[in-house]
Amino acid sequence: MAHDFTTAKKIANKTIIILGVITIVEVMLTLTGKGYIIKGFHLPHVLISFLMIAGSLWKAYLIVFEFMHMKYEARGLMLSVLLPVGLLIWAIISFLYEGQAWKGNRDTVKEREKMEVAE
Amino acid sequence: MATDTLDKSHTDHSTTENGSWEGAAYPFKVGYGKLMIWYFLLSDAFTFAGFLIAYGTLRFSSDTWPVPDFVFSTFPFLGGNNPLLFVTLMTFVLLFSSYTMIRAVQEGHRENRKGVVKWMALTILGGLGFLGCQAWEWTTLISGEHMTVSTDPFGRHTEGGIYLGLNGEESDESFVEGDSYLIHRMDLSAHADPGHEDSGTGSHGEEGNIVAHPAQETESSLGEIEGTAAENNSSAGTLQSDSVGLHQEDSTVKQSVIAREQGAAGEGTSHSSGEQEATHDEHATQNNEHATKDDAHGTEDGHAAHHYPGPGDYPDAVVDENGYIHRKYIVASGENTGLIKSEAFGPKAFGALFFFITGFHGFHVFSGVIFLFIIMINVMSGIYIARRNKNEMVEKIGLYWHFVDLVWVFVFLVFYLI
Repeated sequence: MAHDFTTAKKIANKTIIILGVITIVEVMLTLTGKGYIIKGFHLPHVLISFLMIAGSLWKAYLIVFEFMHMKYEARGLMLSVLLPVGLLIWAIISFLYEGQAWKGNRDTVKEREKMEVAE
Repeated sequence: MATDTLDKSHTDHSTTENGSWEGAAYPFKVGYGKLMIWYFLLSDAFTFAGFLIAYGTLRFSSDTWPVPDFVFSTFPFLGGNNPLLFVTLMTFVLLFSSYTMIRAVQEGHRENRKGVVKWMALTILGGLGFLGCQAWEWTTLISGEHMTVSTDPFGRHTEGGIYLGLNGEESDESFVEGDSYLIHRMDLSAHADPGHEDSGTGSHGEEGNIVAHPAQETESSLGEIEGTAAENNSSAGTLQSDSVGLHQEDSTVKQSVIAREQGAAGEGTSHSSGEQEATHDEHATQNNEHATKDDAHGTEDGHAAHHYPGPGDYPDAVVDENGYIHRKYIVASGENTGLIKSEAFGPKAFGALFFFITGFHGFHVFSGVIFLFIIMINVMSGIYIARRNKNEMVEKIGLYWHFVDLVWVFVFLVFYLI
């Protein structure tokens, strides 16, 4: 029992350090990408976003699997909680696509208004 | 009876193999409460995902969006120009409380009552610290930068330009496309008629003073000028040549030049109907999202907030009826080069999304603190020792608390990092 406790403590210590490091790296990266750290140096927004999402998913994994002990629960419990979350993947894709379409429509309308005034 | 069954959940897992659902077996080998908190958290995750996806959708549908490292760049006692520093601090406060929580759960597993109480008390401190940080962040945004649910003073330039000086001449302050700006707000009550406040009732307040000012039409009429000019590509050349001479003359002359532009540009369309005016106003708003960092948070009162007597159209800015100062500038790049425009508000949805989503998260933290407190008291009283289920209740509040941290990871990602 005492051994279990020390192992668990070690895992918790390790996890919190990794979480902190990821957070710091993320913040530094996003600020570097926007030119705050090195004057005049920018990174493409797509690359930054991709790295930020990857970092956040890693953090989410650590929190759920280590802090919330999902790793040590029954497989059925894990699947019944995690599989429904997969639905969000499609929700994100479709809604962001929809948002993009709104923007496209609005731009079209503006373009048409311009042409009408010019006539 | 209750203690009996709970006891079995941790000592006897073999019954799940054969006699499932006969009263002695536990699905997924966990107690009822713990299983259900997992499903509650699943549903809560969907709620938050819905909000964050709404944010993403609206952001994708807008031409511009406030830049997070510009909006969130203030820090207590240090002022502006510290992008993301404060929210990073908030993240670490929450991470710290997550760590103390896992330690409390571990102490709970080995039935160490004192340890549980100690680590839970630290967790509560972390939670309160986070709430305090959020209170400061909101206060800064609301009373310092005047962001409201429906007004977003943080904008972003869509074209390059040069700000106008006090007399409507070109100043040496210029900006490029993509720069951020903050629309400052003047205190209208300070400019109000001194006798007014004394005679007014308590409920009158600021609103009454604002309404008392006569110059409500100026904003929309300026929008009309801008809208008209923006839509008229064909006359852009003329407009440009007009405005070159413009900035050497005094403000009265400039006004008349603008009026002339309006007349020249407005040949094809009628501007008399209110409906038309509204459309143009909106158009101008969309064309107008721009930005410069230099006059951001640091100079809260810096930009001449004091020389406007009240709402109205001034040579270097338009002050709307709520006291927001929309600085004027000459467009220096793109198809509208030479036009004079005023800074427009940022996307309207930003304030509502920010306050609602971070507020909903903050509410989770707040209720989490309350439950942590209740459960800590129960741990002290020894009630969970009597249940002999290794402090499962501490584990449950732990799950909830880690989930709050998990949500913050994504709020942090969506609002601040990207």
